[in-house]
Amino acid sequence: MNPRALPVLVLAGIGLLCAIAFPFLYVTPNRLLSGEPHSPHVVALALSWVLLAGLGMLEVRGSRVAVALLAWALIAGLPLVAGMDARALLHATAASARVPLGAGFWLMWLAANLLLLDRLRGVRTSGRIVAWAGLFVALVAMSRAGAFESLALVREFHAQRGPFMDALLTHLSLAATTLVLALVIGAPLGWWAWRARRTDGAVVGVLAFLQTVPSLALFALLIGPFAWLARAWPALGALGFGGTGAAPAVFALVLYALLPVVRYTVAGLGAVPPDAREAARGLGMSRLQLLSRVQLPLGWPVLLAGLRIVAVQTIGLAAVATLIGAGGLGRFVFLGIGQGANDMVMLGTLAIIALALAVDLLFQAMLAFTERRS
Amino acid sequence: MIFAPLLLVALLLVLPHSEPWFHAWIPTLSHPLYARTSFLALTLSHLWLVALATFVAVAIGLTLGVLATRPTGRSLLPTVRAIAVIGQTFPPVAVLAIAVPLLGFGAAPTLLALTLYGVLPVLGQTVAGLDNVSPAALHAADGMGYGRWRRLWDVELPLAAGPIMAGVRLSAIVGVGTATIGSAVGATTLGSPIVEGLVGNNTAYVVQGALLVGALALSIDGLLGSVERRIRRNRR
Repeated sequence: MNPRALPVLVLAGIGLLCAIAFPFLYVTPNRLLSGEPHSPHVVALALSWVLLAGLGMLEVRGSRVAVALLAWALIAGLPLVAGMDARALLHATAASARVPLGAGFWLMWLAANLLLLDRLRGVRTSGRIVAWAGLFVALVAMSRAGAFESLALVREFHAQRGPFMDALLTHLSLAATTLVLALVIGAPLGWWAWRARRTDGAVVGVLAFLQTVPSLALFALLIGPFAWLARAWPALGALGFGGTGAAPAVFALVLYALLPVVRYTVAGLGAVPPDAREAARGLGMSRLQLLSRVQLPLGWPVLLAGLRIVAVQTIGLAAVATLIGAGGLGRFVFLGIGQGANDMVMLGTLAIIALALAVDLLFQAMLAFTERRS
Repeated sequence: MIFAPLLLVALLLVLPHSEPWFHAWIPTLSHPLYARTSFLALTLSHLWLVALATFVAVAIGLTLGVLATRPTGRSLLPTVRAIAVIGQTFPPVAVLAIAVPLLGFGAAPTLLALTLYGVLPVLGQTVAGLDNVSPAALHAADGMGYGRWRRLWDVELPLAAGPIMAGVRLSAIVGVGTATIGSAVGATTLGSPIVEGLVGNNTAYVVQGALLVGALALSIDGLLGSVERRIRRNRR
């Protein structure tokens, strides 16, 4: 057997299992009650996974392209089919009914994505960009044409559009503020630790210690001190500074972000070869010139890799900050859990995941860009 | 690092008798001490959830990592890596939230989320550790006539034990944090006093839960960290 066929076999096997064992959709009487599972296309979906596995095993020219095309079609087609099913199912029921997507849909969609990712490996960058961008455009076009309007997730989004956009903006501003503050505080701290050769000293030790404390505990513990601060200095309280809200949330998020920023700053400064430093000193550069003209350009990619990790981590942690009243997308998750509104939970969760993935991609693109330039 | 476990034990002994202190601190609270479940029971249930999930996660992560680095499974390696990298961008809260519609309220969704999320660090570190075993060591084992599985068991896994242990430690620490949030979906953990305190505006509950869970996290981190250091030292 062709060893390259193994990923196709495994992923198609998972897809087949999900098509048969897990529900594709649910029909619920309203947004709070749980509903009946529906799997209208078991045979067709199972056959397409078997076809994929067969194509993967074939050792003819073009079978690899055929697998990629079929995976592409599944990624674009599964949501379309689900949207059409939802429309048909809603037609026959009460107006308050909802059609949420089931585990079968999500797992098959993930398997198809991983399959495409695997088959596009080794393809030129331009080819990969065309494939993924085409997929994105296709899904956006379908969404614009109203293909997903009947799905519970989209209905929930329309019902909550205003609060959702507010929460998204709050989440983004929490994360951006944290990132800027962590960079402003962490980079000089890292520079100092690197110069003093104290990477395992007290500062880094305390930061590593804080990293271990569960986020909910740290957020909760800050309520007392911040409430006291707001009482002690009423001017701060007037600025919206208090025991709950954005101030303690950003403070805790910065504490979590500092360790990676400091570590990657040290690594970035260490990435500059001593020869380059010597040469710069020989040219008569001052310490500041050395930093801005040699160390920053050469160490920047390493620091950027660190910021990528910090950004993704912060977006995840900011979801917990809603429990101390900082708002953000976590509000949808925890409010939805409290009300038993699964669509609301899914809306918040998918938005957080999409945001994290988007930020991750953005930093990857920036990294690729800086590496190409240097 | 004996400090954190001592702190945990001290807290567990002292907190049940600390009602007068919390009353003196915040006189307006009618119930300044969390009493729904004893602190010891909360700690044990928290620990049990994390231990069970980490155990299952290590079993799955180690198996997948080993399979993906064998010659027959090698073509799966990029996919396994992609899952580990993409999975790490999923926030633990999101994994927890996805588990709720599937399993309902209680300990079950927390256990599933902890396990799923715990697999990723172990898997990533197993693959990295096994990949970094020096070819010289592998050739030496082959030269001594070791079979494929004996080479894995006697040479590769011991050499990769340090990174794998780092993955286990990370998995357990993230687990402690996620289990804390798990109390928001009905699991009984040390997060319960925190969540109840936040909802009912009872700062004393929040402080009690946060102190205990902080001490627990530091204890587990210290313990697993010392195991990791011992492994790395023995390797040399």
